Amino acid sequence: MPKNALKPREKKAFASRLSWLVHQQLFIPLAALALLILFNLIGDSSFFSIYIRTNNSGNKVLGGNLISVINDGSELAILAIGMTLVTAASGGQDISVGANMAIAGSVIMRILCGSASVANQAQAPVIVAFLAACGVCMLFGAFNGILVAYLKLQPMVATLILFTAGRSIASWINHAQPMNLKDPVLSYFGTYIPGIPIPTPVFIAIACMIVAALVLKFTTIGLYAQSVGINASSSRLNGLNPALIKFLTYVILGLCVAVAGFVKVSRVSTINYSNFAIDIEMDAILAVALGGNALSGGKFSMPASILGAYTIQFLTTTLYKYKVPSTALPAYKAAVVVILVVLSAPTFQAKATKAWKKLTAKSGAKEAV
Amino acid sequence: MQEGAVLEMRGISKFFPGVKALQNVDFTLRSGEIHALMGENGAGKSTLIKVLTGVYEKDAGDIYIAGQNGAVSIRRPQDAQKWGISTVYQEITLCPNLTVAENMYIARTPGSFTSWKKMNAGAKRLLEELGIPAEPGRQLGDYSIAVQQMVAIARAVDMDCKVLILDEPTSSLDEQEVAKLFRLMRDLRAKGVGILFVTHFLDQVYEVCDRITVLRDGQLVGEYAIENLPRVQLVSKMLGKELDDMAAIKDDSAADQAASGAPVLEAQGLSSSDAVYPFDFSIRQGEVNGFTGLLGSGRSECVRAIFGADHVTGGHVRVNGKAAKIRKPLDAMKHGIGYLPEDRKRDGIVGDLSVRENIILALQVLQGPFKPISRAQAEKYADEYIRLLEIKTASSATPINQLSGGNQQKVILARWLLTNPQYLILDEPTRGIDIGTKTEIQKLVLKLAAQGKSCTFISSEIDEMLRTCSRLVVMRDRHVVGELTGDDLNQTKIMETIAGGEH
Repeated sequence: MPKNALKPREKKAFASRLSWLVHQQLFIPLAALALLILFNLIGDSSFFSIYIRTNNSGNKVLGGNLISVINDGSELAILAIGMTLVTAASGGQDISVGANMAIAGSVIMRILCGSASVANQAQAPVIVAFLAACGVCMLFGAFNGILVAYLKLQPMVATLILFTAGRSIASWINHAQPMNLKDPVLSYFGTYIPGIPIPTPVFIAIACMIVAALVLKFTTIGLYAQSVGINASSSRLNGLNPALIKFLTYVILGLCVAVAGFVKVSRVSTINYSNFAIDIEMDAILAVALGGNALSGGKFSMPASILGAYTIQFLTTTLYKYKVPSTALPAYKAAVVVILVVLSAPTFQAKATKAWKKLTAKSGAKEAV
Repeated sequence: MQEGAVLEMRGISKFFPGVKALQNVDFTLRSGEIHALMGENGAGKSTLIKVLTGVYEKDAGDIYIAGQNGAVSIRRPQDAQKWGISTVYQEITLCPNLTVAENMYIARTPGSFTSWKKMNAGAKRLLEELGIPAEPGRQLGDYSIAVQQMVAIARAVDMDCKVLILDEPTSSLDEQEVAKLFRLMRDLRAKGVGILFVTHFLDQVYEVCDRITVLRDGQLVGEYAIENLPRVQLVSKMLGKELDDMAAIKDDSAADQAASGAPVLEAQGLSSSDAVYPFDFSIRQGEVNGFTGLLGSGRSECVRAIFGADHVTGGHVRVNGKAAKIRKPLDAMKHGIGYLPEDRKRDGIVGDLSVRENIILALQVLQGPFKPISRAQAEKYADEYIRLLEIKTASSATPINQLSGGNQQKVILARWLLTNPQYLILDEPTRGIDIGTKTEIQKLVLKLAAQGKSCTFISSEIDEMLRTCSRLVVMRDRHVVGELTGDDLNQTKIMETIAGGEH
């Protein structure tokens, strides 16, 4: 027996601690993140360097890949909050969030630019545009919610309607004009506020997380959404209204979509209807799945979903860094996603645990011999 | 084998961990008879059928089929089919969006190719022969449940079946549909098919069956020709109580006290969409009363209507003497009514949530969405009730679905006790629970009554009802058929009222 080998008892304690760790919900997104960090450390540790640079408007701001991960991941993190609730309560996902974000962006541009397609001055305060987008997106969220909660359509089918129509609606709001706002007032929200070196979307995302945490703490929406998602029938007999709760989660997701759309459109102060926030719904769903939340509803962990969102962004940024062409990006992403999702699947975990036990039993038997 | 028998089961036993589901049961089905398999919940009817159809493997015993030498082995549903045993279940197991003909031949066409013409012709011939009003080419879903049931039977018959098992086929049919189904059953009987018929409706048994086999607690009670077994006898055999067994335990003082209490809830002409005919009901402060009747008689539907669990279609309710509108469970909860549902898994527990969350759920809903119970407070509540009801759980954070049935039931009880209700409805609170916990729950009910709370108690075990209730509402086939108090509260009288009809 080698000297540094663990004694059986220690081994057992270690194994049980390991299994506890593996079964924590945060394990999968954390492990994935750790793996990505390790990969970058080995590949090129300059990935992690943070430096000060001067941006186009002459401000000194922080630069580096880590900053772009937390900056670019803002929209996804915000969407993940709403998508987690929708998944928990309705046992399905909203695939129309990208299209609905385009509507939010279009509404904001319409209000800020007025009827002209290029505006040098904002025609209205940004807050007005933002609130209008919130209203509109929550209405569309309510539309999805009615289809799912009251007409009992499958979430994917119900939201397919807005998925299909959303970008046309966004385009129609501005008569298909590519709106452009020269006034920097909007860009403060999507890039930097002069004098502050950290990108504004990061603050917006953090604010959303704080609000989400407060809402989960000071209301019972978390308990209700899980209860309805796990067992709607007994929830009803405990006085809950399952349909209303499902409906509400879609409205809340609508609000998250509006905020995410606002951040997205502020980054460039213009909008391209056909590829604005394209495919982001899949990343949002993936964030929920990567967080170890069952896509069939029920129990959820909000921190895990948000961590999942940043992990996905980390992956995207890593791929960019290695100069993966943008057309090939999805394929690489898919490959990584397959691995992560299979690893986090309960069936796989059960099989792996079984195989592991068999293996250890065998080696244990050998040692005994 | 006996002469004329198409199927014989001898000495069948089946054990599940901790449960003897079937012990040494014999069953004989003759060609050209309709044979009712009767027994209360847990008697072993469905286990016997599952052994026969190959869903379960038996632990002991032999099955003989006419025309086969020696015992046959049935280990998979396909084996049962091979020996000519077909089953039609309560729920339609066919595909409503395929055509009638497709449903009849699904998974039975030889080879990879199908002759649609032949299939439709075959289906048409068979449907005509059996007098089933269905077009082969139309979607199955277009037809009523009864016709769909008949198509399922036609499919079974066409597979050259000698034994047809009908597992509660009539529970979702109306009277005319039942009549149609019975006509088809009689036709098949005339053709020599042996039919095993499971139903909860006594009237139907006496209308269509030739013979009855009664099971109780996994054991054979006996096999009887229908004319030799009057209804009252049948009920007594199913419940396992002799008619002259008058040993009813009553606490008269409690009953007297209850009779003088103020009415807590009065309902007049209450009816619900779940096919409960209008009924009157009232309960006084400190009273324990109960609904009794066989399974499927509508006793659960009645209390669900009181709680607003099903869609209430009519009637007036007064709570504490004041008119009240109870349209949904929350209304009832706000009036201080709690309801422990019959189906714990489906309607009671919220599976993945912790014991703690399950306990506080109803109270939390009553407090509203903006007053969440703090973690510390919730833990205090949970620990209090875990101790009070002696709930066996690793901790209050354990998911409830990891607990045993009895402990899950206690958690649901704790949930309602925490809301401090004035009126608690308990629907089969002791089903599937060990004897010790059963007694605890009965004692708890009596204790609650002594504290001035009211309680409605439903149980399949008459003993239990007699021990706890001072008044019983008797139901048969979804109608209230009697109300028993005082000296009438004895098993003989209860069974006579349940059986009804001529006896």
